[in-house]
Amino acid sequence: MPSLQEMAKKEGAFAGGHRMCAGCPVPIFTKMLTRVTDGYEIVAGNATCCLEVASSIFPYSAWKIPWIHTAFENVGASMSGVETMYRALKKRGKITKPYKFIAIGGDGGTYDIGLQSLSGAMERGHDLVYICYDNGAYMNTGVQRSSATPMGAATTTTPAGEQSYGRQGNRKDLTHIMVAHNIGYVAQASIHDPVDLSEKLKKAIELDGPAFINLLTPCIPGWKIAPDMAVEVARLGVESKYWPLYEVIDGEYKINYTPKKEVPVTEWMFLQGRFKHLSKPEYSNVLDAIQKEVERNWNWLARQAASVELLSAEVN
Amino acid sequence: MSKILAITGAGAMSECMRQINPDVVPAFPITPSTQVIEDFSQFVSDGKVETEMITVESEHSAMSACIGAAAAGGRVMTATSSAGMALMWEMLYIAASMRQPIVMSLINRALSAPINIHADHSDSMGARDAGWIQLYAENNQEAYDNLIMAPKIAENMDVRLPVMVCMDGFIISHCVQTMQLEDDDKVKAFIGEFETTYPVLDTEHPATWGALDLQDYYIEHKRAQHMAMKNAKDAIKTVSEEFAAVFGRKYELFESYRLDDAERVIIAINSVCGEIKEVIDERREAGDKVGLLKIRSFRPFPYEEIAAALANVKIVTVLDRSESMGAYGPLFVEIRTSLFDAPEKPMVYNRIFGLGGRELFMSDIHDIFDENKTYLETGKVEKMFDYLKVRGG
Repeated sequence: MPSLQEMAKKEGAFAGGHRMCAGCPVPIFTKMLTRVTDGYEIVAGNATCCLEVASSIFPYSAWKIPWIHTAFENVGASMSGVETMYRALKKRGKITKPYKFIAIGGDGGTYDIGLQSLSGAMERGHDLVYICYDNGAYMNTGVQRSSATPMGAATTTTPAGEQSYGRQGNRKDLTHIMVAHNIGYVAQASIHDPVDLSEKLKKAIELDGPAFINLLTPCIPGWKIAPDMAVEVARLGVESKYWPLYEVIDGEYKINYTPKKEVPVTEWMFLQGRFKHLSKPEYSNVLDAIQKEVERNWNWLARQAASVELLSAEVN
Repeated sequence: MSKILAITGAGAMSECMRQINPDVVPAFPITPSTQVIEDFSQFVSDGKVETEMITVESEHSAMSACIGAAAAGGRVMTATSSAGMALMWEMLYIAASMRQPIVMSLINRALSAPINIHADHSDSMGARDAGWIQLYAENNQEAYDNLIMAPKIAENMDVRLPVMVCMDGFIISHCVQTMQLEDDDKVKAFIGEFETTYPVLDTEHPATWGALDLQDYYIEHKRAQHMAMKNAKDAIKTVSEEFAAVFGRKYELFESYRLDDAERVIIAINSVCGEIKEVIDERREAGDKVGLLKIRSFRPFPYEEIAAALANVKIVTVLDRSESMGAYGPLFVEIRTSLFDAPEKPMVYNRIFGLGGRELFMSDIHDIFDENKTYLETGKVEKMFDYLKVRGG
């Protein structure tokens, strides 16, 4: 794996001058797409989302690699088409170079409206890396809740009010759903850790077959944080165990980072304006429920990872 | 070798796809188009084509994959019907607006509800504003011939638009008729090699496809699409002439059947035209001056050409096999528009028939000609709009 300094010298896939919000961390990963591997032509596709809209306002484009967007709910399918045409033309001898394909969607376009086309693309085994940048709501349309929105978050369709503490119930765990597709590589990563992220991107891209990366990506206006806080907020998301960094290779779980000290999830939450209303004393039960869910999820993951370690110890 | 064979309409479509040997076929099963894809899948499994199939999880994904594959830089085909195309709706517009020369067999079937699997044109007529070229066919032979011509029309550099090749579900798709299957090599030579335009797979010249297009450019792009559809009319004519030169069967934008001296005319689309021709022949024997104008190209619509063809006609019955609730049938609206500037306007009225597959028999067509005879003699159209063969009407 090249160092970050070496990677930074390579040509990026994504130019400056795009129209993402000030402080938006999404370009951290788009710039990496061509830097983590050598020897492949990289082609990307986008679901309709903030990134798509802000990177391609005609007649300008921030994309230095071939890039295609068709609609909101279908990047899994449209990139299945691109990848299949590559194989068809390769078979007929019209293309000789090795290619790799990336599909990108936000959580709305991936957890919700795009779940079916994502599932189809993964199940069919296309050589495709799907990256979901999870910012926990429909941010492009103005912060409406998605099935990735965490419990208690205020969004414009789950606003906090006299009768509501914001989003009710637990969020969907898409990463687990992708593991259930029995594909070679599934991972959770965070934009605050470029070393971990670039290693995961490299593994996913170099794998022959479908791969999925769920990427924690704070949203400046949606999470109601200052433009210089995205990386710090993502870091605390991982330190508080809200967003564990782990990977599942051929079905075997591995936790990539275990926080050194216990950080209550409220430390992460109260950096953000979307949870501010939960500081009222009457919501202590909601905070308890959120903390409990974070611990349950971590413990479940830890058990999966431990059983893998145990098994490999027995084998050795 | 070219040969005469007995085959279903769906079978003719899959044979044609085998001959075309497209690069990628994304597909999802739906009655009555399923046989097209089943037969073609067997050709793939038997190595008779080099095509890569994508067995997608929905029609929305089928059309999405078609667009991705076509933009990547190769020839793409698929097939669907009814609800399947309804689920593609959003992507039909995107395929056309991204100017992808995708070719789709549409086996016409009624839209739900009530759920019904039989022929009417509510699927393709609902998609008439999606930006696709629409070609219709009376029988297996015409559908097969249209499918041979479709890639050449779609891929014309002045056009670059998707083509929908339509035929009636079950009546044509599942009925065996004899037709001329052309020689494989001759079909391949006629269609030629696919030419790409800014393919996504060209990493040396990276293109951005599907950009956000706001007030300052969107309307110019729509206008360019409009011009491409106008150009499609010439492309259909040219390709049809080339087809006739190679294969001997002649096609126009519409077919004029015993129209030259006809006073009373039916205008219709697809399989019902077979029965109408039989009835016309019978009545012509008795000296009745009746004729048929059969639509082949509904998009682009040949307004001026139809007006010229109807110049001496006195009354026109327009048969629509789909509804536009709260309006006249879609074909009727186009025919009336065609005739508005004609110096001698014929009487024109509209009948809806055959929704959900109800058959129109030859006796019913005789009734139509009897009725328009009365209208012509009395100089009055009693009913501008009506349903044929319906209970409680």
